[in-house]
Amino acid sequence: MTSLLTTAVATRLVHLSSVDIVIVVFYFALVLSIGWYLRGRANTGEDFFMAGREMTAWVAGLSFLSANLGALELMGWAGSAYQYGILATHWYWIGAIPAMLFLALVMMPFYYISKTHSVPGYLKLRFGEPARAMSALSFAFMTVLMSGVNMFAMAKVMQIVLGWDINFSIWVSSLTVAIYVTLGGLRSAIFNEVLQFFLIWAGALLIPILGLYEAGGWTNLKLQIAQRTSEQYVHLWSGLGSFTTNPMGIHWTGIVFGLGAILSMGYWTTDFLVVQRILAAKDIRSAEMAPIIGAGFKMMVPFIVILPGLLGLAVLPERLLPESVAAVTGGHSYNDVLPLMLARYCGPGLLGLGVTALIAGFMSGMAGNVSAFTTVWTYDIYRPLINSKGSDHHYVNMGRWTTIIGVLISVGTAYLVMQFASIMDYVQALFSFFIAPLFGTVVLGMLWKRTTGPGGFWGLLCGTISSIGMWTWVRLDPSALRYVALSPHAKGLAQDMYQALWSFLVCVTVTVVVSLATKPMPDGQLTGLVYGLTKVPSVGDVPLYQKPLFWAAVVTVIFFVLNIIFW
Amino acid sequence: MISIWFFIGISLAVNGALILAAGIYQLVNPPADPGVVLYHLHANVWWGAALLVFGLIYCFKFAPKRKA
Repeated sequence: MTSLLTTAVATRLVHLSSVDIVIVVFYFALVLSIGWYLRGRANTGEDFFMAGREMTAWVAGLSFLSANLGALELMGWAGSAYQYGILATHWYWIGAIPAMLFLALVMMPFYYISKTHSVPGYLKLRFGEPARAMSALSFAFMTVLMSGVNMFAMAKVMQIVLGWDINFSIWVSSLTVAIYVTLGGLRSAIFNEVLQFFLIWAGALLIPILGLYEAGGWTNLKLQIAQRTSEQYVHLWSGLGSFTTNPMGIHWTGIVFGLGAILSMGYWTTDFLVVQRILAAKDIRSAEMAPIIGAGFKMMVPFIVILPGLLGLAVLPERLLPESVAAVTGGHSYNDVLPLMLARYCGPGLLGLGVTALIAGFMSGMAGNVSAFTTVWTYDIYRPLINSKGSDHHYVNMGRWTTIIGVLISVGTAYLVMQFASIMDYVQALFSFFIAPLFGTVVLGMLWKRTTGPGGFWGLLCGTISSIGMWTWVRLDPSALRYVALSPHAKGLAQDMYQALWSFLVCVTVTVVVSLATKPMPDGQLTGLVYGLTKVPSVGDVPLYQKPLFWAAVVTVIFFVLNIIFW
Repeated sequence: MISIWFFIGISLAVNGALILAAGIYQLVNPPADPGVVLYHLHANVWWGAALLVFGLIYCFKFAPKRKA
């Protein structure tokens, strides 16, 4: 194992010592032990697919956050902070916090009391089989492809950072995930995600602490960044009045309405990868508290992701480059900033912990994809469309086999991406097509009882097609971005924001028009699924400090204060 | 069932002990080229110690109970 781990290539960024390798190996041993220990607690469908619906608010909340806190996310956003400055924080604050609170207080009661196993399962209850089939098939297909894309990207990172062989990284990590998810189901995935959460903080927290010490504090850091780049790199909102006065080439309307109101709402409230963790909560209060706990910690994540990127701007002697330029010149790219900062401050032992945090982030992200894929395949595709008469034991076995097959498809996708790199761009774009329209469909279904089955189906379909249409238009004619993003000065990230906004509006418009033109659904059929026809269960007679609404208010106040401080 | 927090305690305690041991070894045998910035702060000593203490607290607090 040790000789394999230390197989080197000349360009590696960091060198692991013996104690670092022991820490990495210990992590693998621990996650496999957890899977082995939980193997006897995944014998029924509720246990295997829903973790017995007995997770506390803290476990569900940290797992909910961890499922999104993958290694590529950490490295990618640290690189974005180096490239765009503190503007990258928007993806953690306005691009997450309002959506998480909306999920907790508005949507979670319906997901929870409907006892659905999945988001497509809710669509079946609300709109019927066609909407579920479309959502489930697209989700299953894209989730397993995304897992493969992330697997390849992470193996590539491990090759660049540590000099590990790509095949070794792909097979060791994927087999480990396959073993512990097959053995312990969702409970095993959730346990490992919570473990990963602690490892990420333990491994990454030292970088901003030591970095701020080296830079001489926040005020000095801002001065150094302003000298090396521009003052706009340390302001969240003041440069967003125009597309040309900020490094990201985006307008505040794109951030507020595209990212905050649509894209993040779509991701955090309807992407089953994250919502599945909350559905495993033990009661309604835990289900509402979990996203609020996640939101509280999400607000702190920029400290270990964005701040290292900003520190890199100030303290690294070399200038990092765009990926395409770095590949030609042999320099380091923006995305290398986190490993570079890790190598800058972390000696023996600490380096191993930092690398373990990256590996843990990758593996739990993959486990999240695989467990969500397994549930959707078994309950929303296999059971309704292929075999509806199987026993609970049969579906658990199907879940175990699907886990293995899902991992193998992901491995196959990883090798496909290795041969045809452009596939990565297409797969990532494909995933974004479904998010915004799905949010429109689900939220209308929950809040407006007049929404009908055909309305939900056609709205979802037209919203998705419009998203694909806009993406293809800009792909074929890059100058079309001026129409999609409303400005000739808009840059790439602005396209995602406005594309989400327009596809959401198309979805909502079509849903409303078709619903009004079709026969209303009887009220009795909508009980437990729609506001106004459902008695939302109380969280119980608990003190103020245990009420979700109280903590949501606390998080909201902190959210506004942080945005004002870094305005 | 063993609590998830117990597993986290084990992870932090073992990692903390390993990092602390590596830090103490470097204190006793200072390397000619430390290879990191701010080496004089000996981050692996105090960070390893902090993780070890935190992990041990979790291990004891959430240790599996023996059945009577």
